[in-house]
Amino acid sequence: MTAAGETANGPTRDTAAAPLLACAELTMRFGGLVALDALDLHVARGEILGLIGPNGSGKTTFFNVLTGLYRASGGRIAFAGRDITGLAPQAVYRAGIARTFQRSRLCLPLTVFDNVMIGNHLRLSRGTGFNVFRRRALRRQYEESVEAARALVVTFNPQLAARLFDAAGALDMIDRRRVEICRALVNAPRLLLLDEPSAGMTRGETRELMDDILQVRAARPALTIVIIEHEMNVIERMTQRCVVLNYGRKIAEGPFRAVAAERGVQEAYLGQAVA
Amino acid sequence: MTGTAASRVAVHSQRTDLVVAAVAVAAIGAWLWAFLATDRVGVLATLLAVAAVAFVLAQRLAPRYRRALTARPRAATSLVVLAVCAVAVALRDQPYPLLMLCTVLLFVVACVGLDIQIGHCGIVNFAGAAFFGTGAYTAAVLAARGVPHIAVIAAGGVVAALVGSLLILPVLRTRGYYAALVTIAFGILFSTFLEVNDALGGPQGLKLHGIDLFGWKFNRDVTLGGTTASFYVNYFVLSLALAVAAFVFARRVERSWLGLAFDAVRLDEIAAATFGIGVARAKIVAFTLGNLLCGIAGAVYAMMQGFIAPNNFTFGESLILVSIVILGGIGNPLGILPAALIIVVVPQKLQFIQEYRFLLYGVLVVLILLFRPEGLLPRRIREYFPGSGA
Repeated sequence: MTAAGETANGPTRDTAAAPLLACAELTMRFGGLVALDALDLHVARGEILGLIGPNGSGKTTFFNVLTGLYRASGGRIAFAGRDITGLAPQAVYRAGIARTFQRSRLCLPLTVFDNVMIGNHLRLSRGTGFNVFRRRALRRQYEESVEAARALVVTFNPQLAARLFDAAGALDMIDRRRVEICRALVNAPRLLLLDEPSAGMTRGETRELMDDILQVRAARPALTIVIIEHEMNVIERMTQRCVVLNYGRKIAEGPFRAVAAERGVQEAYLGQAVA
Repeated sequence: MTGTAASRVAVHSQRTDLVVAAVAVAAIGAWLWAFLATDRVGVLATLLAVAAVAFVLAQRLAPRYRRALTARPRAATSLVVLAVCAVAVALRDQPYPLLMLCTVLLFVVACVGLDIQIGHCGIVNFAGAAFFGTGAYTAAVLAARGVPHIAVIAAGGVVAALVGSLLILPVLRTRGYYAALVTIAFGILFSTFLEVNDALGGPQGLKLHGIDLFGWKFNRDVTLGGTTASFYVNYFVLSLALAVAAFVFARRVERSWLGLAFDAVRLDEIAAATFGIGVARAKIVAFTLGNLLCGIAGAVYAMMQGFIAPNNFTFGESLILVSIVILGGIGNPLGILPAALIIVVVPQKLQFIQEYRFLLYGVLVVLILLFRPEGLLPRRIREYFPGSGA
């Protein structure tokens, strides 16, 4: 909160002690509906934070505001000591925040390689002249990119590397999720936002995917992750700390077990007792 | 040892494949010649039926030979160019079929441009004829003022791209159907503007002289080795060169990071933006490149026709351009040539049944799309450097 308070007045220092992400009084209104209501939220460096709450509590809206898809109606967002409130999605990505989507947003007709490269686009040469006329240089860049993509995909599923040039639409659900996460990781973000990674998958697949994510995390200890989930065992296994939202407000915060025991949280999920 | 033997066999079979492909291309050339030269309805119907049967059979046999050809993109392109050249030689003293062939090739150039916009970046442009017409009118105005023709042709493209930049703001602010509506409005505006503008000839249009490139006068018959060929052979050479250049250009755009950005924007603008892709920039580049090609094609077309009028560039003409793109297979420049042949040539051939020809032609298009909803040659998955093993 202090970090966010400072941001409102000027840039904060990007020090190890300061949180990586600090939102202060973040508000998002859609007409009369308040999707985020003066939300104060911070994420420490290297932390895995769980974001939970009933349907419609504002979790995905929070991701959308954070990544610049929605423009906040009020409040500030500080990321790595920089005010990123109101930045365009492209600028947010450049700053080091990458995400996955709840409903898979892969480009299904494109290959796995193409999908991963969409995430790597900032590092690729984008000039028309370069792409059309300097084919030799493009080819070098292409071959390097294939190696990079292969190396990244292999960390998830060795078999996926053999399908690098298959259409993403030909993969099953869990491999699509893996490709989505690869796309989000290829640009080496500092903060990874996972929006319900278990959606549409079986229990076994979910466990497998979480193993993958933990393994990725072990290889990149500095990577900070915020994960939205409805599967509570996923949250319990993956996160060190949870934030519970309800009607766009933070109603609880702390380790999963403590949070789950809170009466307000149970009421938010199950409703108030009548008697 | 077994390895080398196997690879020798593979090389051998690839060579046979290439020979088979060459024979197929020769057959296509012969078909094309007959298609352009005939004016008898029975022959035309037979040719179309033969094409349909051959097409269905080719679908079964294609994978193997396709690999032989895609492994050698240059060989494949040269084969097709050779076949089309052979057709032109066979038609050398028949101006009307030659003119049709040139028109088809120029429409190919324009449609390759539209395909970059529609098929790759997802900007549905229903004003193709307006940009084609911008190139044509630019050529008419500049050529009348004595500008060298090479500059006139280039200017046709540049002015079309510039006019397109007027439209880019509303196109960027809208999506899907709404962007299409913007371009429809612009297309109608354009032809109406030409009708009422006296400086550009009004409804009567403008006359142009033939192309003169560095003393190479296009409107003179060509005498080579004792035989005289129609002057349209000149236009054929230029149109073919432009079509090949446009094709190679579009292919390179597709097989690059630029093409990837276009695809990402077409398939999911929001995801593209989330991963740092400049959506507006991609659309501006695609729109400009497409209009550039339309304008160049329009400029050459105008000088070839020798006369242009507003009703050459109406909304209906735009629809024809878009239907070529859709019929060919959205996003695949290869499909544009057969689609342009069908859409440009068949109605001309059916002129004797007058107004019914549009009915027949409409039935033909509907039938093709019924059985091939993705177009004659659907787009294939992107290979950046095909045949390289990568």
